[in-house]
Amino acid sequence: MKILVCITSVPDTTAKISFTQDNTQFNKTGVQFIIGPYDDYALARAVELKEQHGGSLTVLNVGTSDSDPQIRKALAIGADDAIRIDTEPTDSYFVAAQIAEIAQKNSYDLILMGRESIDFNSGVVHGLVGEMLGIPSYSPVMKLEITDGKAEFAREIDGGKEFLEADLPLVLGCQEPIAEWKIPNMRGIMTARSKPLNVVPATPMDDLTVLKKYTLPAPKGECKMIAAEDAEQLIALLRTEAKVL
Amino acid sequence: MTDFFKIDELLSEENLLIRQSVAEFTDKEIKPVIDSYAQRAAFPAYMVKRFGELGILGVTLPEDHGGTGADYIGYGLVCQEIERGDSGMRSTLSVQNSLVIWPIHQFGTEAQKKKYLPKLASGEWLGCFGLTEPDHGSNPAGMQARLTNVNGEYVLNGSKSWISNAPLADVAVVWARNPEGRVQGMILERGMEGFTTPEITNKWSLRASVTGELVFDNVKVPSENLMPQALGVGAALQCLDNARYGIAWGAIGAAIDCYETAVGYSAERIQFEKPIAAFQLTQKKLAEMLTEITKAQLVAWRLGVLKNEGKATTTQISLAKRNNVAMALHVAREARQILGANGIVGEFPIMRHMMNLESVVTYEGTHDIHLLILGAEITGIPAFKG
Ligand SMILES: Cc1cc2nc3c(=O)[nH]c(=O)nc-3n(C[C@H](O)[C@H](O)[C@H](O)COP(=O)(O)OP(=O)(O)OC[C@H]3O[C@@H](n4cnc5c(N)ncnc54)[C@H](O)[C@@H]3O)c2cc1C
Repeated sequence: MKILVCITSVPDTTAKISFTQDNTQFNKTGVQFIIGPYDDYALARAVELKEQHGGSLTVLNVGTSDSDPQIRKALAIGADDAIRIDTEPTDSYFVAAQIAEIAQKNSYDLILMGRESIDFNSGVVHGLVGEMLGIPSYSPVMKLEITDGKAEFAREIDGGKEFLEADLPLVLGCQEPIAEWKIPNMRGIMTARSKPLNVVPATPMDDLTVLKKYTLPAPKGECKMIAAEDAEQLIALLRTEAKVL
Repeated sequence: MTDFFKIDELLSEENLLIRQSVAEFTDKEIKPVIDSYAQRAAFPAYMVKRFGELGILGVTLPEDHGGTGADYIGYGLVCQEIERGDSGMRSTLSVQNSLVIWPIHQFGTEAQKKKYLPKLASGEWLGCFGLTEPDHGSNPAGMQARLTNVNGEYVLNGSKSWISNAPLADVAVVWARNPEGRVQGMILERGMEGFTTPEITNKWSLRASVTGELVFDNVKVPSENLMPQALGVGAALQCLDNARYGIAWGAIGAAIDCYETAVGYSAERIQFEKPIAAFQLTQKKLAEMLTEITKAQLVAWRLGVLKNEGKATTTQISLAKRNNVAMALHVAREARQILGANGIVGEFPIMRHMMNLESVVTYEGTHDIHLLILGAEITGIPAFKG
């Protein structure tokens, strides 16, 4: 089985977010980058599937050399080789098109990624890649087994779970508890440096979106406590201060 | 992670990943359980296997013997991140890496390497190192354990005390005087007749690490268990150099954990209508802790570079072990004060680190002995004797 796992390189969940150049650039200074947490689940399940079924596991990132440490980590966790499409990822459509271009050439049986990145959180790349390749895609997948070349999986839906079966090839956006995150062991880390990381140029295409500026969410206001019996004051405040009524 | 002078930027890609992976392991596997083990004075024996799976038992051991083949900065970072969890866990790891695997690889025969190293590196076997005796601590050269030759057979008598891992160890690297009167290293195995390992109990320090004695009552030692190259006190001291090197890094981990706990606590604890972090006296403590941690990090990193180049001297290692452990102990005590009453309970790691460090400042050469080693280096006059 040939598996492709697409990973994002995103700011650590505890990073302080700020912007520069008139709020048009994300300020990377002092920010620690990590493998997207949902992508990390996809990668962990892919490593297990490869252990069970054999085959190959390639990890792919659309990004600049800033992503290399995250790619090395993925190799240390268990991917056999890596492809980095050398460009600044601009929007979901662009990223999906770059992934589809590579996937087209290599015909993977299974393409896994996180349900969404945790920087822009669009959550549409898996769907777009499936569409561009003309194969099915599902998200968010929380359980995945492969038997006799067929995928059986569970997907979270409103108010419950959906159990599905599909032929390969397939694109899946993953989330917990599909597998437990894996900590790379020392041997994995030492062998990662000799695994191939192929850097390929991006396919040129026009941007469909233009980023105008970022804004931070308004800081959390102070919490006002109102006595339970004082509903009138609550309503007055909701009208005059919060202006939501 | 406290890294004020950006040591991370000095690390190779592998070593950075090593640090991050072991840090993740400590947060996930050690921190949630360690207080409970320490409170019960119990050793989490299953952790040895987990260390083996993570690949941190033979960090600098070449891959063909089942090791990881990392460099000494990698080893230091492993010690630092594990000791951020607990000095007892780091002790188990130091002994296995520096005092059991290292001497067998350095001084052992091919057969010994083949037999012991892969199982020690995987964590299937636990090892211990017996140098200290009840009557010979700082002066190991005075050791009384004796190997005699009885009718063509080696027989070992004597005892060792304060031996980390001893009660559970499968393998012991032991030092004793051979029939020629020289200090000689050998490998004993659990189950040899006359060899017992009673536990030392009632410790107030390193409670999650198991400590014991090694008692040799006419133990027959097959000649293939002697390590031919492990001759002279110098050979034993070379092992200690490696362990002390790891401790110099490890202590930084304990200090960082105390410091970060104190920073977090002082921002939240309100007294006199202010967070206690707003008081200058608290800020002085925190600023000095950060300063001392940063200095210790630089000492450890530079020592690591020298060690990788094969240039680190015993006295440089003494300076680093002495400085960094004393630093950690001081940081732990200051942090304990910042936490007030909460500083003494198990919900916070401070008191455990502080009590652990009381052992770390004594073992592997006491604080004062390292000072005398430096004194001898500076003046050319050893002050140990007479
Ligand atoms: C928890 C724990 C685990 C240990 N694990 C191991 C192990 O795995 N293997 C092992 O072999 N050993 C181990 N040790 C033993 C440790 O290395 C010794 O305790 C240490 O070397 C000090 O020896 P001592 O306790 O006999 O103290 P002593 O040598 O009796 O020293 C007592 C005091 O006298 C001072 N002193 C001694 N000589 C001089 C001098 N010439 N000038 C000035 N001051 C001096 C010392 O600095 C110290 O303050 C362990 C100890 C502990 C506490």
